[in-house]
Parts: sequence; C-alpha cells; structure tokens
Amino acid sequence: MGEPATKDILSLDELEAAVGLRTGRKHILSILVENKPGVLTRITGLFARRGFNIDTLAVGPTDDDAVSRITLTLDGAVHPIDQVTKQLHKLVNVLKIRDLEPAETLARELAVFKVSTVDGATRAEVVQICEIFRADVVDINKRSVVVEVTGGCDKIDALEGLLRPFGLVEMARTGEIAISRGRSET
Amino acid sequence: MRAVDALMECLKAEGVDVVFGLPGGANLPTYDAFYDAGIRNILVRHEAGGGHAAEGYAKATGKVGVSLGTSGPGATNLVTPICDAMMDSVPVVFITGQVQTHLLGTDGFQEADTIGITMPIVKHSFMIQHPLELPRTIHEAFHVARSGRPGPVVVDIPSDLSRADIAYEPVQDVHLPGYQPTTTGNQKQIRLAAKALTNARRPVIYAGGGVVAANASPQLVELATVDRLPVTCTVMGLGAFPAPHQQWLGMLGMHGTRTANYAMDEADLIIAIGARFDDRITGKLSEFAPRAKFIHIDIDPAEISKNVPAHIPIVGDAANILPRLTAEYRALDPDPARLEEWWSRIRTWQERHPLRYEDSDDSEIKPQYMIKALHEATGGDAIVTSDVGQHQMWAAQYYDFPAPRRWINSGGLGTMGFGLPAAMGAKVGCPDQTVVCIAGDGSVQMNMQELATCSQEGIAIKVFIMNNHYLGMVRQWQELFWDRRYSSVDMGQWPDFVKVADAYGATGIRLTDKGTLVDDMREALQTPGPVLVDVRVTPEENVYPMISPGQAARDMVG
Repeated sequence: MGEPATKDILSLDELEAAVGLRTGRKHILSILVENKPGVLTRITGLFARRGFNIDTLAVGPTDDDAVSRITLTLDGAVHPIDQVTKQLHKLVNVLKIRDLEPAETLARELAVFKVSTVDGATRAEVVQICEIFRADVVDINKRSVVVEVTGGCDKIDALEGLLRPFGLVEMARTGEIAISRGRSET
Repeated sequence: MRAVDALMECLKAEGVDVVFGLPGGANLPTYDAFYDAGIRNILVRHEAGGGHAAEGYAKATGKVGVSLGTSGPGATNLVTPICDAMMDSVPVVFITGQVQTHLLGTDGFQEADTIGITMPIVKHSFMIQHPLELPRTIHEAFHVARSGRPGPVVVDIPSDLSRADIAYEPVQDVHLPGYQPTTTGNQKQIRLAAKALTNARRPVIYAGGGVVAANASPQLVELATVDRLPVTCTVMGLGAFPAPHQQWLGMLGMHGTRTANYAMDEADLIIAIGARFDDRITGKLSEFAPRAKFIHIDIDPAEISKNVPAHIPIVGDAANILPRLTAEYRALDPDPARLEEWWSRIRTWQERHPLRYEDSDDSEIKPQYMIKALHEATGGDAIVTSDVGQHQMWAAQYYDFPAPRRWINSGGLGTMGFGLPAAMGAKVGCPDQTVVCIAGDGSVQMNMQELATCSQEGIAIKVFIMNNHYLGMVRQWQELFWDRRYSSVDMGQWPDFVKVADAYGATGIRLTDKGTLVDDMREALQTPGPVLVDVRVTPEENVYPMISPGQAARDMVG
C-alpha cells in the first residue's frame, strides 16, 4: 500500500483538473479489434452517437487472423481525444488503442487521381509533377491520365492541389494507415 | 442435448432462479426447454413489462435479471427496458429469439435486426452464429452484465441454432480479452484525495447509483462519519446514505433540497462517488459548483471529466476504494473543528429552507402528504418503486430511505410505466418484503397489463396511484414555462382504476380522504394479493423547490 500517509499541507488551490483536452491537431488512432461481425458498426455507431467526426477510416487484417486493425483519424481541435478513447475502450471487442505520436509514426495513404489532359503539353506537365511526387501514371488515354500516389496525407493534399487546376475528373483516397517507428509494437 | 437445454444449464450455473418473458415463434425452443428446466418463468403480458421486471429484480436483489422476448416485435418491445438498464447501469441479460439463419436478411416474418437496433443502448451484445458458441456466450453475457459498471447485455439466438444438438460441457471461465474493468483504485490518488479532504473546509459527498451498485453503502457511511462530512445523494443514490441522518442534506439536483444544492454551490471540495454529473444535477454547467475542486470516484473511466473536469480522478469499485480512502483519511487525523463554520451554514439553510408544502385544511389529499402517509403506513421500511414524473420527485423528497435497494426508479431514461413491472420484479426477488409502487395515473397506464401477471403468479405488490388526472410534470412545465397552455396533459377521469383492478383479479381501492389516509393505506397494505389503490390528490400542485432548466443551483425557486 506504499508509504504511510503524511500530513503535508496540500492547498486545494494547487489541484489541477484533467480537462477533456482539445489538442488542436490531427490524431491518428490505431485500434486493434476482435475480428468479429459488427465490430466496425459498433465503433462508427459510437462516433455517430457521441457526435465525434471521423476524418478518415481504414480497416484491414493484421498478422493475427482473429484481430483487425482500424486506423482512424480525427480532429483534436474539435474533440476531447481522451473522451473518445475512453468511450472506445468501453467496447468489449476493442482490444487496444494507440493515439499515435506524430513524430514517432509512419502514416501512409494511397490515392488515385483521374486528371483531364486536353493535349500533349498538359499531359507532359502532369507527368512531370507526378515524377516529383513519385506518383505513378497507371492509366492513360487521349483525354485523361490516372495517377497513383502513396504518402502522408500532407503530400497527397499537395499533389491534389497541383493536379486540380488541370481538371480533376475524380479521385479516391484510402485514408491513412499507420504504424509506429522503431522496434516496439504500435 | 439441444442448445436451448444447454442454455438452461448455463442459466442455472449463473444462479438464475427466475426469468421474465413472453414466448413467440422464434423462441419456442427456449420455452420448450423451460418446460422442465426447473427455472421459474414468469409470463408477462408485454415484453416491456418483462424487461422492467427484470430490472426491478436486479435492482432489489443485486443479482442479474433475465428477460426474454421473441424476434421482431418481441425484441423491439424490449428496446425501452434495454435503454433504461443502460442509462441506470442495471445488470440484465436480455435473451431474444431470432429468425432461422437462412432467413436472416430476407425481411422474414418477425425479423428485426435486434443487434443493430440495440447496439447504441447495450453494454454489449452477442449474436449467436453457431450453436456451440451458446454456452460460453451466455456466461460471457452474465459476466459483462454484472461486472465493472453493470449494464444490459443482449443475446440474440436464431431459432434453428437453438434447436441444434450439441455436446454440452460446463464452461469454467470466460475469455474476453478486450474487457478488463479496473476495480482497484490507485493508491497515490486515494492518498491525494485523503489529503485534499483533510484540507477542505466546505466539503460535500455527492453519492450516486454507483454506490448502490457497488454495495458500498456501509463504506460510504464510514467515510462520512470519520469526522462529519455532509452527504447528498442523486435520485439514483437514495438509500446509499441512510435518511434521516445528522449529516444527510437530502437529495440534490433539479428537485433536490435547497440545502443540498446550496452546499454544492458553495463547496470547496466535492467528492463524487458513483455519480455522473447529469444535467439534472448540475443545472447550468458553467455555473455548477464554481468554487469546488472535484474528487471523482467511478468504475467507468469515461465518466471522469466527461461533464465536469475532475481534479483527483480515482477509477475503480467504490467498495474497494472507500475503505482505503477512509483509512488514509483517518490516519491523517483530520481536525473536525475546521468544519464547524460549514456546518453552521448548512444548519442555517436546513432551518430556513426545509422541504415544505401547504397542507389542505379539509379532507383533500396533497400529493406530498400522500407520500408522508405512505411512509408512515409502511413504517418507512418498504421497497418503493416509482414511475416518472411529479410523483417520482415527491417520493424521492418525502420518503426517507433508510437503506440501499429500497428505492427503485427510472432515473436516467425517465421511463413512464417502469414502476409497476419493476415492483413485480422486486417482489419476486424479495418476497418477504413489502413492495410498493408509487405510480402516476398517466405512467401506470403504460404497463398496467402486468397486473394480470401479478394476479396469476400471486405477486402481491401494492400500487398507489397518485391520481391528479394530469400528466402532472408536463402540466407543471406548461404552467411555469409555457404560459399555462395545457396542451395534451389532461387525462380525464379514465380509466376507473378500481374497475381495472377488479378486471385483472386484483383488489381495487379508491382513497379520497386525508383524515383516514394512513389507516386506509395500512389496510391496503394488509390486503392479500396485488392491490391497486387510486389515491385522488390535488390536481394542480407543483413540485418545489426547483432549479429551472438551464439555471444555476443558487437560483432555485419555490
């Protein structure tokens, strides 16, 4: 039970509250869940009911068949992250939640952009931009190209911004998946 | 054996001696198994009645209640009790029938997505996918329902799977890797809390239903009486601290005592135990207890700092934490003299602002007097259930509860029609105790059909209807906040409750005279079998005092 109680003065004024923190930054939650029917619904339902907005969501298998990983990003400026994670922890099928530290995290997203190219010159310009971003042209015809790129969401945002003026026919993004750097488990 | 026979073995292994439910197509196999399982199954008249009965049973006994319904409408009728059990943390396992697996997703007859519909209102739920899963799942359901912060668990069983033949092996343990509630409080935090208490000059203990759920009332009393910490309880916590008591401030919140609310308002340290800072407690959140620091003890970490930031959070079981906090606090040898000033302020409020009402000077029965009379007639010793509304608040104010699990009401969801079936469940669980339901004339009609169940099963509950022929609380709000525009609140003179009682095989009594009320109530209580008492009270009486919606506690009116 630890050391015996001491009677030092403790002023109530010294006590500080653990407020529901709004951190003001994007958070990546890596959530390990039991691979069972309805688990994703429980998580998205919880977010809907508590008024939390999911920015991106990616679900996939892990090395263990019985476990899936959900990578979910949300805005810490709008949501008290500790309340979000505590509510998630109450779900019986949720095994583990990590609120990943940006500096210690590798986060990647896959995006595909279909860009309108009216002539050879525009096409060349698009291809040149893609090279800088290490994006691959995966489909091409007279009037458009399809570009595939992976990276952090900032990089993808930047590429999107550059491609948009050419005429972005459509795009699809997977949402980020993430893993921690170094030897330790995410 | 059939999966449903294994289900019976599991229920028996969990100590289940009674279930409340209604059979239908999809749970025919389950009811067939009940036929010779040796478990009492009480046939309710509506699944909602069965669900609330299971809640009443659980709240009165502290055991897990069990409620059954068939697929589709049987399950949707259980939605209200499930949600009610969620809001008030009541351990109930709901077992629903489901259509056969080959019909799932085809909009089959009586098919409803029970798991989907109930997902936001359960602690957890299970859909049986394979008959072999059934035994383990049942034990997991009971484990989740009763442990940690208790709550409702739904088990949905497709009828073909429930008939399947399985090799049954008793299950010895449950394995839920994602479910490990924290029960042991952090010692450093407990020590810090003891120190803060020692240094507080205006402390208040604010205890909720969690103290009752944790069976931690004796430990609460012990902490409070190390020196003289003032105690208030939420509507869910009433009885957790014995009333009356020198240190008892009365209930707090919207219709709490002025003393309790003023004490919260001026406190420098509030010790919240198993309470969740509901809006009916805090009033205007930004002006709630503005001078206070908060110790928050709760088994659910998500309650900490949800509404009100905690300065010293302690996650765990109150029955584990309170004795350790008491020991630490006692070891610090707190100086009781520091509370003198605080107590003299509290005594001033108590003298100046007792609960009060204007009694009639003729035979008219004031609703507040009705509760006092019932307290007298029962010797203050009954298990009391209630519906929701004015009668509930008056019961909470005027019936002093000397012990926990004596006051059973729907606090969080505020479910009309809760009281009568809850009384039925409580009486089944505690057959030797007097079980009384204080009902509203509006509320009682929502589950009155269970009187038939009571007659058939010989469940001798005594229902006292506070009959003002209004939806009284709504009428009060219309009077106070909507310019007396009484819209859809007048229930008229229907039904004739004495005739209703008669039709259901219960005894019906009408009481209209204040002069003989206590004696008449005694007689009703002594009448064998279920009794329905129609007590005619002042139609337009308001519940006071009151924190008006969106206002601060210090601005109480009435």
